[in-house]
Parts: sequence; structure tokens; C-alpha cells
Amino acid sequence: MQHEIVQVKENVAASNLIPLYEESARIMTICNACRFCEGHCAVFPAMEQRLTFDKETIDYLANLCHQCGACYQHCQYADPHEFNVNVPRVFADVRHQSYATYAWPRQMDWAIRNAGWFTVLTTMLATLLLFLGTTLSANESSEGAGFYTIISHDAMVAMFGTAGLLTLLVWCFSVRGFWLTTSLPAVFGIPVSVYRRALVSILTLKNLDGGHGKGCYETGEVASQMRRIFHHLTMYGFLFCFIATSIGTIYHYGLSAPAPYDWLSAPKLFGVTGGLGLLVGSAGLWWCKQSTEQAITSDDSGSGNSFIGLLFFTSLTGLALPLLKASDYLAMALCLHLGVVLALFLNFAWGKFMHGLYRSIALLASEYEKYVSTHKNTTG
Amino acid sequence: MKQDFDVLVIGAGHAGLTAAICAAESGASVCVLEVSPKNVRGGNSKHTRNLRPMHETALYPLEDSYGFDEYFDDLLRVTDGETNRELASLTLQESASSMQWLKDHGVAFQPPLGGTLHLGRTNAFFLGGGKAVMNALFQCSEKLGIRVVYEAQEIQIDIESGVFRRVTYIQEDQSEELTAASLVVAAGGFEANLEWLSEAWGHAAHNFLVRGTPYNRGDILRQLLAADAVQIGDARQCHAVAIDGRAPKFDGGICSRIDCVPLGIVVNNQAARFYDEGEDFWPKRYAIWGRLVAAQPDQVAYSIIDSRSTGLFMPTVFPPVEASSLHELAEKLGLPQENLIKTVAEFNRSVVDGEFNHQALDTCHTDGLMIEKTHWARKLDKPPFRAYMLRPGITFTYLGVEVDANARVKFAASKGTGNIFAAGEIMAGNVLGQGYLAGIGMTIGSVFGRIAGREAAKNAT
Repeated sequence: MQHEIVQVKENVAASNLIPLYEESARIMTICNACRFCEGHCAVFPAMEQRLTFDKETIDYLANLCHQCGACYQHCQYADPHEFNVNVPRVFADVRHQSYATYAWPRQMDWAIRNAGWFTVLTTMLATLLLFLGTTLSANESSEGAGFYTIISHDAMVAMFGTAGLLTLLVWCFSVRGFWLTTSLPAVFGIPVSVYRRALVSILTLKNLDGGHGKGCYETGEVASQMRRIFHHLTMYGFLFCFIATSIGTIYHYGLSAPAPYDWLSAPKLFGVTGGLGLLVGSAGLWWCKQSTEQAITSDDSGSGNSFIGLLFFTSLTGLALPLLKASDYLAMALCLHLGVVLALFLNFAWGKFMHGLYRSIALLASEYEKYVSTHKNTTG
Repeated sequence: MKQDFDVLVIGAGHAGLTAAICAAESGASVCVLEVSPKNVRGGNSKHTRNLRPMHETALYPLEDSYGFDEYFDDLLRVTDGETNRELASLTLQESASSMQWLKDHGVAFQPPLGGTLHLGRTNAFFLGGGKAVMNALFQCSEKLGIRVVYEAQEIQIDIESGVFRRVTYIQEDQSEELTAASLVVAAGGFEANLEWLSEAWGHAAHNFLVRGTPYNRGDILRQLLAADAVQIGDARQCHAVAIDGRAPKFDGGICSRIDCVPLGIVVNNQAARFYDEGEDFWPKRYAIWGRLVAAQPDQVAYSIIDSRSTGLFMPTVFPPVEASSLHELAEKLGLPQENLIKTVAEFNRSVVDGEFNHQALDTCHTDGLMIEKTHWARKLDKPPFRAYMLRPGITFTYLGVEVDANARVKFAASKGTGNIFAAGEIMAGNVLGQGYLAGIGMTIGSVFGRIAGREAAKNAT
């Protein structure tokens, strides 16, 4: 069908989402006739390969969108024009809904739709249970050193091992669900060069550079690198923390050298720099979120802020622990830290963390589509 | 006498802001009056997407070269010689530095947009389009301390024997008055003034859609002409293209275009064809169809294609009217059914088989019709049939004021010593007397904006 604003009714499960997808299709149809923004990011070249916009396509394009705001600031059809085009806003709404749509198991979509409450309650509950657990078992003679005197290593492994495995399982199903709606073939059917290009986009946040390298426009007409910088601090801070934990695990099991570690040891160095990156990065992202122009801000049920908050408090409480070692509050601080971390694990599975995975798949799909279209052009 | 400002600019489009920035960079104090509110600022420039700079070697994002001679030939061809050769040469020469000037002022460029690859050698596309350009120039203006007044209503310029004295305007119901040593007029054409257009076009003008800003009403142009500025061009000359009849009355911009005219047939409201749809490519085709539709009853026409043409043209902003039979299509469009069926039947009978190629002047044509279709003629017999209503969409006007090589407006009585300068559409007719060349409007604005700003500042000291 040529240029028809597609009837999205059939494939939108929740009927209250129909207006959102129809609005998205309406806007994409206008953008596809205009195309002025195609240099800003990956969304518009992907749009140009299509004539119609069904729900899956819109989910894909919305997850490709990094909410940089360039297309809104530069739109000749933005409010007060009667076309009222606002891609970042409508795609933010779609993205938020898509996290619920592709949640696994489906019943967990309420955690996304009530993200703020879910985070607050899970953090409180986890902290409380940990505190009760440690208090009740305080009489038992503790083995090990450092934090393990409060919660044994085995207990931590059991807790986070379970949480980690659960997260991995959820990721597999959620990612698979989203992957299958894109144009991507099976994992091994994609050329290495496509993976490489997608990885570069992911690791450099290429799509937050505005297409001209000057940054993005979520706060207004002037391009800024702030969000990209803070996101890098957050993402790499997180990765450093993950590396710290992995090295710690190797030390523990491989080298029989359990924690606590010196300040100059690898786990501490990665952990502390990562933690600082997370702390500054997440605070910065919160600040960016607050200064985002109202016009492109979406109501995400607190999903963004709860993820940012969990990252911030994970690093804050984590960094505070060594400083509280001699204090009476150590046990309470440790429980709080581990409680936040457990809530963060739940966010990995059913929260804003998933944006990273869906966006990575979307970037991979856009690189794959580019590859296919150039391949077709050169051979055909 | 102490003036309020060294340079006053009327019109905050690309040409006006270019002039304002150049004047301010020459040390002048500058004020810009803009009739529109801030949230729709940028005149017609916000709808533009590229300019056409001369370049002897590849210059990102432009490929290859586009030298003076070729450029000049193109300009002569499209204007049919209706150009001031001295000013045209100046425009082309100075256009070579236009891109660098814009880059220096925060504008980014990109390779041609999807569907415009044929412009990769001649036209430099703005990353993010014209509004991105305007935002960058407004940011520069702010940094330079240029005062921009929005919603300046009823601007009256006081001119005595070709010399600007003062301007009055109304803002928030207050009457304001300003004096300046030099005036730059960059207030655009009058394409949004349907009353003025109807002086030349009659009632037909009221069925025109205006592709750009509703604020280009030509009020400043009128005042200049009334003060004996030398006129260039005539009111009947305008650039009009055939656009989607459902587009907004104003500001429909680029996405109101309909690109499928050469792929099917175009009929008027009696379901009769009236011109060879396959005569030529864009941009020549583009430039003539607005006038062709304007000449039809009720200024309306219908571009009709069948499913063979799916995906062969740029996507449209509104969906086509679709039907499984011509009968149904005519009913949906409100066309006389028998006429449409007869027109299509005659057309189909006359199609001579050829090798279809919509990217070249191919061999598919008709034989035996009163009005032949000379290329891309394929039978219309593969339903669903689709139709787009077409209306004339007016983009810009040519009537303006005559200027010299210093962008100084010529007055009947003056000896070339006035203090009024012009840039942009209000004087573009000096270079582009008729016809259309993609990106030439922004090029003229860039070149004469810089000249007008420089000379206005010089005149003020």
C-alpha cells in the first residue's frame, strides 16, 4: 500500500495505545515527505526505507531515537504549525510503552507502567529484608573478613547469583521478542562489519552528536555535549563496576584471595573510578532530564528517574561503605547498598535499563538495513 | 543628528540576518524588525533546504566542480536572459564563499537528501534544513548584540527623495519610532498577499496555496515603489508549482509536493487532460505545472496513477484518494465519470509500448492524441487507481526593487547615493527575472545579504 497511514488496530494489543501509534504514523508520514532531518541521526534514514509505518516499525524507529531533540528544534512543522510535528515526544511515549510490550514475562509490564513505585517499593523491601536477615543472624559467629562478617560470602553469592541468572533469562526472552519484530535475520546471519558499525554507534553514542558533532538539543536551540558526556560517565562507570566485580570473582575463586582488597588493587581501582563515574554521570543525567524542554518531555511513570536514581544510590552507598568501616552504621549501610543493588537488578530485567538493549538492537537493525540496501545497489 | 542605530534591517529571514550580522561585524549597531512572532520566525528561509554555490573543485558536501561558465549558462537558460548580467556575475562569483560564511556562523552541511542525488554536484544541503540555518544565525545575532524586534506591526518607512529618515511601527499596541543611518530591506516578496496577486491573476489567485510564511505581504515593497524606487519584474511573474490541494493555506513547505505527475495523467475538473505530463524532468516540469493548474477551471487538477507507480516517487504527506475502478475514482473525486473513463480509455489506446525508465527521457509515449504524452506513458489499467488533487502552490514572487552592485536600491530621482539597501527575495528579480534554479534564492540572499550589510555599515560611518 502506497503512503497510507496504516491501520494499526490489528496489531496493537492494548486498545488505548492505538492513538499513540496512529499519531506516530501520521508524524512519520510527514517526515518521510520532508526529510530535512535525515542528517541528524539514524531514525530518518531508516524511515526513508519505508512507505508505511506499522506498530513494529514504529517500535523500531522509536527505540532508534536517542531523544536528542535536533529534529524538533529544526522542524518547520513543529507547533504552532498545524502539522504539530514532534518526533522526540511521541517516540519517547512509544519507547516507554514498548518496554512494557516486550517485557518478559508479559505480566511484568505493570513494573514498567508503574516504574517509580516499583523501584521505591523494591528498594525498601529488599533493604528491610536484608536488615532483618542480618539482625536475626547476628548472633551466629561470622566467618570471613570485612563485609562478609555482616553477610556471608555464600549468602551474597546466593542472592546475587539468583538475581543475575534471573536477569539473564529475562534479557534472553525480551531481547528475542524485540529482535523478531525488526528486519534482523538470525544472529549468525549478520556480517561482522554490521556488528562492528553498530558497536561503534553504541560505544560512542554517535546518535547524540546531532550529525555535525556538536551535540544534542534536548534543552533548546543550542547544541550541547553535556548529555553525551554524562551518559558516557554513567555507561562506562557502570562497565567499570562490572569489571571490578568480575575481577573480584576471579580473585576469590581463581586466586583464593577473598575481599576486602587494598585501595590499589584492581577490583578497588575499577570499582572506585567506576563508582565515581556513575555518581557524577547519573547526577548529570538527572540534571539533563530536568532541563529537557517541556515540549519533548514524555510522562514515563518515573521510569527514567528511577533508573538514574538507582544508579546514583548504588554508587553513593557503595562508595560510602569503605568510609563507614569503623562506624556503627556499617551494617545498616551495607544492607541499604545491597538493597539498592537488588532493586537495580530488578530494573535490569523490568526497567529503564532495557533501553540499552533495545536501542542496541535497533542500531544493529539500522546498520543491517544500510548494509542490505548498499549491497543491493552495488550488485543489482 | 544622533541616530538610534547605525543600521536598521527589516525582515529576519536568511538575507536580513546575514545583512545584520555582516553590519554588526563591521562595527555597526544593528536593529532588526520582524513582523512575525518569535515562534514562527525565519520567514520563508525556514522552509529552504540548500543553496547553490559556485565551486571549481569538490568542496564538502559538493562533488566535482560547478564553475562560473556552467553556472552562468544555467542561469541564462532558466531565465531566458531575463537577468542583469553584471549582478548575475557578481552573485555567482560571490557565491563561492557563501558556504564558508555560513559554516563560520554555525551552519552545518550534509550530502544531498534522499531522493535528491542529482543535486549532489550543484547544491549544498543544510543539515537540519532552513530552520537550523535560521536558528544558527539568530544565535549569532544574539552574540553580536543585535536587537531583534518581533511582531513589529504596521511598519512605515519614511523616505524623502530616496533617502531613509525613520521608521515607525506598532508593538504591543504602542507606537514606536526609530532612526538609523542606513536601512536594509529584506522583507521578502508578496506571495502571501492574495489581494495583490489577484491584481495580476484575477480571482484565480484566491485558489492559490502559499507554500511559505503568511507574513510575506509585500508591505515594504509597496512603500518603496510608492517612494519611486525603480521596479524590476511584474506582478504576474511568480514561481508556482503544483502541490497537494489539501496542503495548508500557508507554510505547507516542502512536504506538500506531489512528484507523480510524470508517472500518470493529469486531468482538470472536466476529467480532460490539458498538457503533456511527460514533457520533461524536475525542475523544468516542477516550474511549469503551477501555472498550468492555475489556468484550469477553479485552479484545480488531479494527478492520476495506477499501482504500477507505487514507490517510484517521493512519499506524500496526505494519502491518495484510492479506488478499485475508474468509475469509483471519478465518484470519489467528484469528476464526470464518463469523461474520466473516456479520457483514460483514449489515453490507454494511444500508448505505444516502449522501455519504461522514469530516470531518463524514455521511449514510452502516446501516438494519436490531441495532447500527447511524450515520455513515461504507460497504460492506466492496474488497479487500485490513485489520485492527488493539485493546486497551484506559490513559492515566491519576482517583482522587486532594482539595486546596484552595492545592493543599493535605485530611486528614480537619486544619483546612487541613497542609504537604502536591499537583499533577498525583494531584489532577487535583478538576478532571476523568471524561471527557477534550485538553490538560487538562498544564494542571492547570501550574496546580497553580505553586500547589503557591509555597505549599510560603511554608509553609516
